[in-house]
This record gives sequence, C-alpha cells and structure tokens, in this order.
Amino acid sequence: MDPVSTLPVLLGLAWLVPLASFTLIVLFGPRMGKAGIGAGYLATGAILTSAILSSFSLFFVWIPAYDMPEPSHPVAADSAHGGAHEAEVHDEAAHKEEHGDDDHGEQHAESSHGEHDGGHAHFDKPEIAGEWYTLGKFGSLRITIGYYIDSLTVMMFAMVTFIATCIHFYAIGYMHDELHDYVDHEVTLEDGQHLHRPGRFHRFFQYLSLFCFSMLGLVIAGNIAMVFVFWELVGICSYFLIGFYIERKSASNAANKAFIVNRVGDFGMIIGLMVIFATLGTFAFGDVDADGDGTPEPGIFSQVRSPENDYALVVPDGVIKAAAASEIAKGVEATPEQIQSWREDMEPGGVGRWAYWLMIIAGVGIFCGCVGKSAQFPLHVWLPDAMEGPTPVSALVHSATMVAAGVYLVGRFFPFFVPEVLLVIAIIGCITLFVAATIAITAVDIKRVLAYSTVSQLGYMMLALGVGGWSAGVFHLMTHAFFKSLLFMCSGSVIHAVHTNDMTHMGGLRKKMPWTAYTMLVGCLAIMGAGVPFTIGLSGHYSKDAILAQAMSFEAANPMLGWLFYVAAAGAAITAFYMFRLWFLTFAGEPRDKHRYDHAHESPKVMYVPLVILAVMAVIVGWSIYGTPVGIQKLLEQARPMGILTTAHGALLTDLVHPDEHLSHLEEFHVASTWYATLTGLAGLGLAIVFYGVRVLNPAEVANQFKRVYKFLVNKWYFDELYNVIFVKPVLLVSSRVADFDKKVIDGLIDTLAIGTRMIARLDDMIDRYFVDGLINAFAGWTYAVALWFRGAETGRLRQYVMFIVLGTVVLFILITFYLSAPLAPSLSTLEGRP
Amino acid sequence: MNLLTEPIGVSHYLIVGAIMFVTGALCMATKRNALGVLMGIELVLNGANVNFVAFGSEYLRPGAVSMGLDGQLIALFVIVLAAAEAAVALAIVLNFYNNHSSVDVDKADELKG
Repeated sequence: MDPVSTLPVLLGLAWLVPLASFTLIVLFGPRMGKAGIGAGYLATGAILTSAILSSFSLFFVWIPAYDMPEPSHPVAADSAHGGAHEAEVHDEAAHKEEHGDDDHGEQHAESSHGEHDGGHAHFDKPEIAGEWYTLGKFGSLRITIGYYIDSLTVMMFAMVTFIATCIHFYAIGYMHDELHDYVDHEVTLEDGQHLHRPGRFHRFFQYLSLFCFSMLGLVIAGNIAMVFVFWELVGICSYFLIGFYIERKSASNAANKAFIVNRVGDFGMIIGLMVIFATLGTFAFGDVDADGDGTPEPGIFSQVRSPENDYALVVPDGVIKAAAASEIAKGVEATPEQIQSWREDMEPGGVGRWAYWLMIIAGVGIFCGCVGKSAQFPLHVWLPDAMEGPTPVSALVHSATMVAAGVYLVGRFFPFFVPEVLLVIAIIGCITLFVAATIAITAVDIKRVLAYSTVSQLGYMMLALGVGGWSAGVFHLMTHAFFKSLLFMCSGSVIHAVHTNDMTHMGGLRKKMPWTAYTMLVGCLAIMGAGVPFTIGLSGHYSKDAILAQAMSFEAANPMLGWLFYVAAAGAAITAFYMFRLWFLTFAGEPRDKHRYDHAHESPKVMYVPLVILAVMAVIVGWSIYGTPVGIQKLLEQARPMGILTTAHGALLTDLVHPDEHLSHLEEFHVASTWYATLTGLAGLGLAIVFYGVRVLNPAEVANQFKRVYKFLVNKWYFDELYNVIFVKPVLLVSSRVADFDKKVIDGLIDTLAIGTRMIARLDDMIDRYFVDGLINAFAGWTYAVALWFRGAETGRLRQYVMFIVLGTVVLFILITFYLSAPLAPSLSTLEGRP
Repeated sequence: MNLLTEPIGVSHYLIVGAIMFVTGALCMATKRNALGVLMGIELVLNGANVNFVAFGSEYLRPGAVSMGLDGQLIALFVIVLAAAEAAVALAIVLNFYNNHSSVDVDKADELKG
C-alpha cells in the first residue's frame, strides 16, 4: 500500500475515533446502558479501533514501505544477540549510499538529495507532511490542521493506543464503584456523614476518550501551533481527571496545581512560538506545498537544516534578518552575501551572535513547555500531587503518555535545538532525575513512589536528549511507557484490594494477589534495566544502556560536564533501590495490617489480563521482531531527524561538544556503560534486599542515623514549602492587598458615584413632581373649574335654551346694527341699488 | 314715512316677517307642549322665508341689482328643511311620549349638566 495516500487517512481515523466516542458520551453518556456502563464499552471500543488502525499502519503499511537504515558497521561481539543491539558505529567512510523510498507524492515532502561532497552519504528519512484543513489565514499566519508522519509518529500512535486500550479495559474493572451511587469515604461533610453522590462512570470514560483524541492529535500534529493546541487539550484533560474526585479538597487542589504549574511552562512555550513565527514565518514542521504552486514551502526543519547546507544546523536567514532588523532599517540591503557576512559576525554584539541568541531563546522557550508538561525540575511539583486522580489515569496520563509528550516534543523539535539549548535540557534532566529519585526513596504512598519514579525517568529521557542521544531518549520514552503504565496499574490493583495507598499498611500481599505481584515484579525488573549484559534483557535494559552510553560518550567529550554521567549512573542504582523497596514493602514479608490483608483479594480478570499483556510487552518491546532486524531502535534510526548524526559544537560555549550518537556504540562506551548500568542496578537491588527483603538492616534505624537527610527527603527537598514561600504566599499577600484596594477604593468610588447619582435623581424627581407635574395639574384644575362654571348653564330646559338663542340673536342684531353697521353699510347701499 | 299710505313694498313684508318671527320665538319660549314648540319653529322659519322672498323679489324693488331666483330658492330650501326637521322632531316627540307618557318639554331635562 502506498503510505503517502493511506497513512494520513488511517492515522487520521485512528485520531478521530476517540473524538466521536467523546461526543457520543457527552450527549448520551448517562443513558448508555445501566448507569452509563455503555460509555465504558463505547470508549474502549473506540480506542481499540484506533489501536487496530495504528498497529495496521505500523506493521502493514509503514514497515513494508520503507527501508531501514543499514547498520554501517556492526560490532561483531554484540550483533550476535538478537535484541536491540544492532549497534551502529559511526564511521563516515563506511556509510553506504542509501536511498529511501523514491516515491514522491504530491504531499510527500521527503527530502531527496543524492550525492554531495566528500562521499558522505545520508539515509533519507522517510516522512509524510501535509495538511488536512486550513482553519484560518491572518496575513502570513496560517493556522492549519496538518500532519507530519514519520516512523516516530507511527510508533507513538501504536504505543499510545495500545497502552490506552489496556488501560480502558482495566478501568472498566477499576471504576466499577462508580456504576452505582458512590460513597466517598475521604470526604466528610459538616454533619459528619460521608459524601454520597451519583456514580460518574460515563464521565470518566468521556474524559479518557477526549484525552486519547488530544494525545493522538499532539503526536500527529504537522505544525507547532497545532501541537500547542493539543498540548493544552491534554492539559485540560489531565486537569479534569486529576480532579475527578472533585469533592476531595486534595484532588481539586492538585488539579489546580497541575494546571497552574503547566501554565508557567506554557508561557515559555508561547515565547518560543512567537520567536519561531516572527523569524521563520511558519509553524509547519515539514515542507508542505500550501499555496499549491508546485513547490513546497520550507518548514521549520528545512529552514534550520536545509539540504543545501548538508543538513547542518545553520542559523536560518529569517533569524538573521530579525537580528539585523536595525541594520535593514538603516537601508542595508539583505542580499544573500550580506546575510552570510552577518551570520559569520559572531563577535560580542554582532548580528550573528544576536541571531544565535534568538535560536537559544526559541529553543529554551519550547523546552519550557516541555519542562511543565514532563514535570521537570523546577516545575516537577505537580506530578506527584496529580496522583489524586483515579489510578488508570495515573497510568495513562501521568506516566505513559501525556507527561511523555514533553519528551516527545523535545525529540520532535530536536533539529531546531542548538548545542547550548541541549546543554540546558541535559542539566535540567539530570537535576530532575536525581531529585526525584532521592525523594522516591522515602515516600510511603505507593503511587507517589511511582510518580517520583516517573519524574526521575522523564529526567533520564531529557538527559539523554540533552547529551545528544536522540534515539536513546526516545527509545526510553517508548519502553518506559510500557513498564510504567504496568507498574501503575499494578499499584491500582493493590489499592483496589486494600483500599489504601500507604505501603506501611501492606505487606505479604503476593500470596493474596499473585498475578498483580508477579506482573509488578516484571515491571520493577524492567525499570531497573535487568538483563544479562550483552545477551538479552528486559526493555529497560536496552534503553537505559543507550542513555548511559551516550552520557558516557558526552562525558568523554566534555570532561567538565562529566557529573551528568555519574549522577545518571547513581540514579540507576537509586531507581533499582526504590522500586524494589516498593515491591518488598507491598508484596513480601509479613502483613503489617492484618485487617486489610484479610480483606485483600486478587482483582477481576478484566484488570489483571491487561497487566499480563503489558508485562509481556514490558519484557519484549526492546527486542526486534523475530527473524528481522526491525525493532523500536531500528525504527527510531529511521525517524532520526536529518543531519543530527554529527558531532556538534557550541557556538557560544565553544568548548561544548555534542558527540555523534553513533559514537556511543563504540566498544569503550558501550561495554563500560552496560557494566555500569547492570552493576548500579544490582547494587540498588542488593541494598533493597538488605533493607526490606531479608531485613538485615532496619530502615528505621538508618533513617534515625541520617535524621537530617531523611527529613529533607521526606519533605521532598522542601520544594512545596519553598514555592509556597516564594510564589504562593506573596501572590496571596498581593491579592489580599489588591482585594482590599478593590473593596475600599474602587468599590468606594463606585459607591460614591452611586450615592451622587441617587441624589441627582432625587432632585430630578422633585422637579418633575412639583414643577412639571404641578404646571400640568394647574392647567387641568383651571380647565376643570371653568367647566364646572359653564356647567350651570346646561339646565336641560328646552325653553330656556330657546330663550338663550333668542337673546343671543337679539344681542347679535343689536351689535351688528349699532357697532358693525359702518362696515356693512356700503354693501347694503349697493344692494339697494339706490344712487 | 307712513307705511299705511305707501304702496306695498319690502318694508311691509319685513314687518309681517318680524311679527311671525317674534310670535314663533315667543311660542317656542312659552309653550310646554312639544307640538306647540314645533309650531313656533315653523313660524320662525316661515318668518325668515318671507324676508328671503321679499328681498329676492324684483317687483318689490324695481331698479335694484337683480339677484335672480336666489331668495325664492333659499325659501324653498328652508321649506324642505322645515319638513325634514318636523319629521325628525315628531319622531323624537313620539318616542318621548312612549317613554314619559307626556309631551312636556320641561320633563326632558335629563341631559342637564
């Protein structure tokens, strides 16, 4: 099948089916079956349809249509082991000339160029860019519903819809409490009763459907403005779902916190968008022929890394012109030669330097949005609180997909980031992974441990991307989605059974709920990156290795920034420690709360079957399809943005070197990092066994020993308190002052005006009442009096009237005779005709 | 000027008309019987008619500017008018009699102010 014509239709359908489900549930939700259970089936059916369409697109349309990039130089020792170890050594000379699909459809913006200097050959990344619909045109600003499809998009579709389907099935079981009137034991009303309310089963699935639609829209978006729209849509879905138990104060607070913290990040993103539009004049990712003249307009990516420049990152002309605006205003003509000379003017104060700074601002701005969405330091505080939502939401929205959207966007926008921006990303990711991992050690709420683990893993991905490991970071995003949703759903199963989040009340549950316990063990092993070095491993094994290898390669290139690698390696140990601490506290040992233990039970089949499916996926997603070299890593190699497979140097920080990602496959990094990952993981596991498994050491004593550190970690590094003091308190103070001002000054002013108006109105009323009305009334009175007086004449006696007539006639006669005879006399005389 | 020695002229007619008018007016003013009042009205109208005819006659005023048949025509109009008026008035009187069993105009004072 021709992917250029079929994929936009298939993926577009997969994208819109959940929207249809959402619309139907909004309209008819409560009337769907008993207590709205049909809404659950409808939403599940919709996402299952999407999953089938997406998987079909991936396995039967995309993979057969496009060639994989050839491994240039397999490392003999590794390639023997199936797995994802098709290592590629970067060796420029060994690159084979490689042409992708040569099918250039009308919308096919695949960049095609063959030979160029030095025999350096490229694999042409297959991509399909186009537009479905133009929403509006404002001058040169075009807002469109477009698509940008490469193997990353297709894989994200398959991954998101697959996990979402599992979670929808699971949620039908998990949310069954909502099918009848619900008693919320965490909300106590004023009269001491618990809150009773109607179930909200259909509403849950309504939001899930909307979320799936938004997430898929974000993935398929063909321009950054559309990304932003769906970015906000997933944000609002997250807000709805965190606040699902809206009557709980903690839930509504958490929802607000998530929303507001994300706004901070989105503000940066808007700045980035403005810079991009103002300088590049487009929002589109790929090259789309929008005006229909036959030649596609260059999108963001081909402006930044154009084929003419060999896909190297060159500050685009638009940015240069924006930076040289004052020169151009002075009348300097922006000829190509002039732009080139400006571009090279990297002296302090030079135009090129300003333009470069614009690139940094745009990049960091976009990254700000990702910091908010992916809960990176310093905006990570919302994600742990977001665990107030129902557990399927935590699994889908707050671990596997939405929070990964930040990482996805960094990955998608990667060609745009100059090395300095990547450094910022790496540092933020590194800080995040360490801070979150340490907090997870002491948390006792099972979902919070997982939440901090999510933050920490997202930090890993950011770090990987920031040190230049594009495929490592995105690979970890994929594998993490599977095992973290698995872990969350297991924790949900536990919570469902024991009705508490507190791990100190659990213990020994593996006997009661074996399916949950052992699928969770698989999840823990996957996130720890368990595997036999160089042989085979769980999915996390491959992605974590890749990240550490790239970090190590980065360390070798930038010794000053070596700490990034060491923190990441330490983070791997901490990850293993807190995950197994969680597992041992929950499932091993003796039950600590006999009552809860006795009531615990294995979850229904509709819940644990998805667990098993995800557990299998958590094991195998790192592997390639049996008998072929195609695996996630290979597909990512295919999706790798053009031109990033080079060693990049910073222009401002001239010492900064981003090593070619293929260099991380060199023996010296690859082997060492694998050992690092394995040994740190084992160290963490060992420590967890010592503390919580066989209990050689008592954790309470150790906590007592390091009281200060323990307290610091239990209080989550005091981030909430710090933000409370720095932001919340001053804002509250200012707003109370503003409220006072409003109440006293502005309200006072309005009140005074109102009083004045009332007084004037009263005066008007008096004038109206006494003067105007008085005049009219006086006239009426006079008329009345005169009429009364005349009334006396109307006696009703006929003979009297005749008398009046006669008298009147006589009077007239007399008047005419004596007073008007003079004027009448001449005519009389003429009448007589006498001379 | 002695009217009795003068040949018959306008003045004589005027005197007759005046007498008829005053008689009619007095009749209207003094009679309580509605039919009497109607008779008074007829006298007043015909008094006026005499005047019109006298003024309009060429025989009574020889040498004067002719007014054609104006006077006679107006007299005819008045006669027709008087007939119509008498018909309406008699109808009213009949109705009044039906309601009050009397034709005394002094009893018809229900419209007084």
